[in-house]
Amino acid sequence: MERNVVLIALFAALIAALGLVPKLTLGSGIPITAQSMGIMLCGTVLGAKRGALAVLLFVVLVAAGLPLLAGGRGGLGVFTTPWAGFYFGFPIAAFVAGYVMEKWTSGNVSVIAGVAAVIGGIGALYLVAVPYYMVMKPAGLGEAILTAMVPFMPGDLIKAVLAGLITGALYKARPSSVLSRTNAA
Amino acid sequence: MISLTSPVRTRAHDWPAPFKLFALAVATFVLFLVNDLWLMGAALAVTLGLYALPGAVFFKAGIRRLKVLWPFLVILGVWHLVTATYEEGAQIILRLLAAVGLANLVTMTTALNEMIEVIRWLATPLRRFGLHTRALELAIALVIRILPTLVDNGTRLSDAWRARSRRRPGWRVVVPFTLLALDDADHLAEALRARGGFLE
Repeated sequence: MERNVVLIALFAALIAALGLVPKLTLGSGIPITAQSMGIMLCGTVLGAKRGALAVLLFVVLVAAGLPLLAGGRGGLGVFTTPWAGFYFGFPIAAFVAGYVMEKWTSGNVSVIAGVAAVIGGIGALYLVAVPYYMVMKPAGLGEAILTAMVPFMPGDLIKAVLAGLITGALYKARPSSVLSRTNAA
Repeated sequence: MISLTSPVRTRAHDWPAPFKLFALAVATFVLFLVNDLWLMGAALAVTLGLYALPGAVFFKAGIRRLKVLWPFLVILGVWHLVTATYEEGAQIILRLLAAVGLANLVTMTTALNEMIEVIRWLATPLRRFGLHTRALELAIALVIRILPTLVDNGTRLSDAWRARSRRRPGWRVVVPFTLLALDDADHLAEALRARGGFLE
């Protein structure tokens, strides 16, 4: 019990920290904010339930007025744009990523985590964010895909791959650290 | 940490948080029902007027928080220029600014502890489904307490990287960063348990 609560709180803080640390740069020199990678990591490392709760806690604290989003953004204003579906979709994304991780138990952890990050952090996330955008803007499907999906897609794919590699490296360094792989609560 | 609350104390600080949140919900709902360019312009003007009421310092702080929206406005602007739907585009941009402006206004005039009080109140019915509200409160406090430590860890790991490599720190830093966080989690959980855990 205590351990789960602490893990949830720590990973919520980890998402925030990934948005605050100086931007990471890829080999090609493209800077990316690591925040949505934090969402994916919550799912692939903590598993479905704890991962989703950690992300939910993060989103609740942003709504309460803590400037935890990348670039020091936060507060209720974040939730009144047509793009807010991303924030509502974050916990679901982590849950789906964790669920895939928990169900798919044989094979290379990096590959599985990468696929889980794509299914949860991209598939499930956009399944929430794009319809939300269509209703709230309001917009057609084509417009929603062009203005709410295409601009973020390349970065998200890179982050899913990195989330997979990081989860794999964590598993290699210390198998017990990838909790979606162990049954210990 | 930078704060999103207002630099000056306003009269709205004394209003109860649930009232402000309810008013915001109603105002946002109405904004999304209105379909008229001039009414939307008026709504934004009223919002900006509210920002101006407490004085210049408050107004400037509010505008600074709205400025971060520019990439979104560019995306919307380009789309409606390309599709030649100018009036619809203008209306959507005005609505976005008014809705975000009003919401920011509530965040700026409400202290964090009042918001957390509202969250606790909202979570109370979930007790029936097994949610431990004391655990939730502790988790909120933990996030706020542990965040500077995590940022510190990240900075130190990046520094260690720079001391050994000419290249800038890459994604690999996240691995020890997460391991450190997991270690901290173990220590914290032990410390909590040693002090009686969540016993009420």
